[in-house]
Amino acid sequence: MKLTRRNALVFGGAAIAVTLVPVNATFAATDLTLADIAAFTGGADVAEGGIELTTPEIAENGNTVPIAFSAPGAKRVLILADGNPSPGVATFSFSELAMAEGSTRIRLATTQDVIAVAEMTDGTYTKVSKSVKVTIGGCGG
Amino acid sequence: MAKPRVKVPKSATAGEVVTIKTLIDHKMDSGQRKDKAGNLIPRKIINSFSASFNGEEVINVKLEPAISTNPYFQFSFKVPETGDLAFKWVDDDGTITETKKTITVK
Repeated sequence: MKLTRRNALVFGGAAIAVTLVPVNATFAATDLTLADIAAFTGGADVAEGGIELTTPEIAENGNTVPIAFSAPGAKRVLILADGNPSPGVATFSFSELAMAEGSTRIRLATTQDVIAVAEMTDGTYTKVSKSVKVTIGGCGG
Repeated sequence: MAKPRVKVPKSATAGEVVTIKTLIDHKMDSGQRKDKAGNLIPRKIINSFSASFNGEEVINVKLEPAISTNPYFQFSFKVPETGDLAFKWVDDDGTITETKKTITVK
């Protein structure tokens, strides 16, 4: 491909788009969160992806942040809030009748990552994390 | 105590996936907040929510203090036959709140 002005613009645009898309930002969780994940998985390896976690990008009120997840093939799903005083949020267990999905409302103390870890029916584990910006925290008095 | 509200379809076809919504009034004191005098309000939350269909467990949720006031849950499940969907919430103090809805398979 010749480097014409048009091509240069296309490449430039693509480069900017790539830098703008947050590619599931690097996973830097606190020790408490890692301990909770280890307790859930029993120390097994955890893959990335495979769960659809829906969170608002910006939560105006940290007292009630709607979240939803869908993890096809999961029998248990652990939800963690990395930046809360205590990261645990909820553990969902699904029987064969239930779809491996759910939604609830959670408290977030500050801007942070929400993490979902799923245990699949075949015994493997996978996780995803989503960053949520919180305007007013939901923990202190 | 708390009065639960659940939204369950009255009827379904066999094998249909239905969506259930539940809400229960509860303050969910996290144990992190302080009252006006600066004393820590002790933790008092609903720590478990579950639903079972004709006695078989469908979903079970273990709640931590990070669940919002008036815990809300939405889930979906496959209706195998006509039966009762029974919901159960357990408070930290041991109080159990239960409610039941019938789904008729046409």
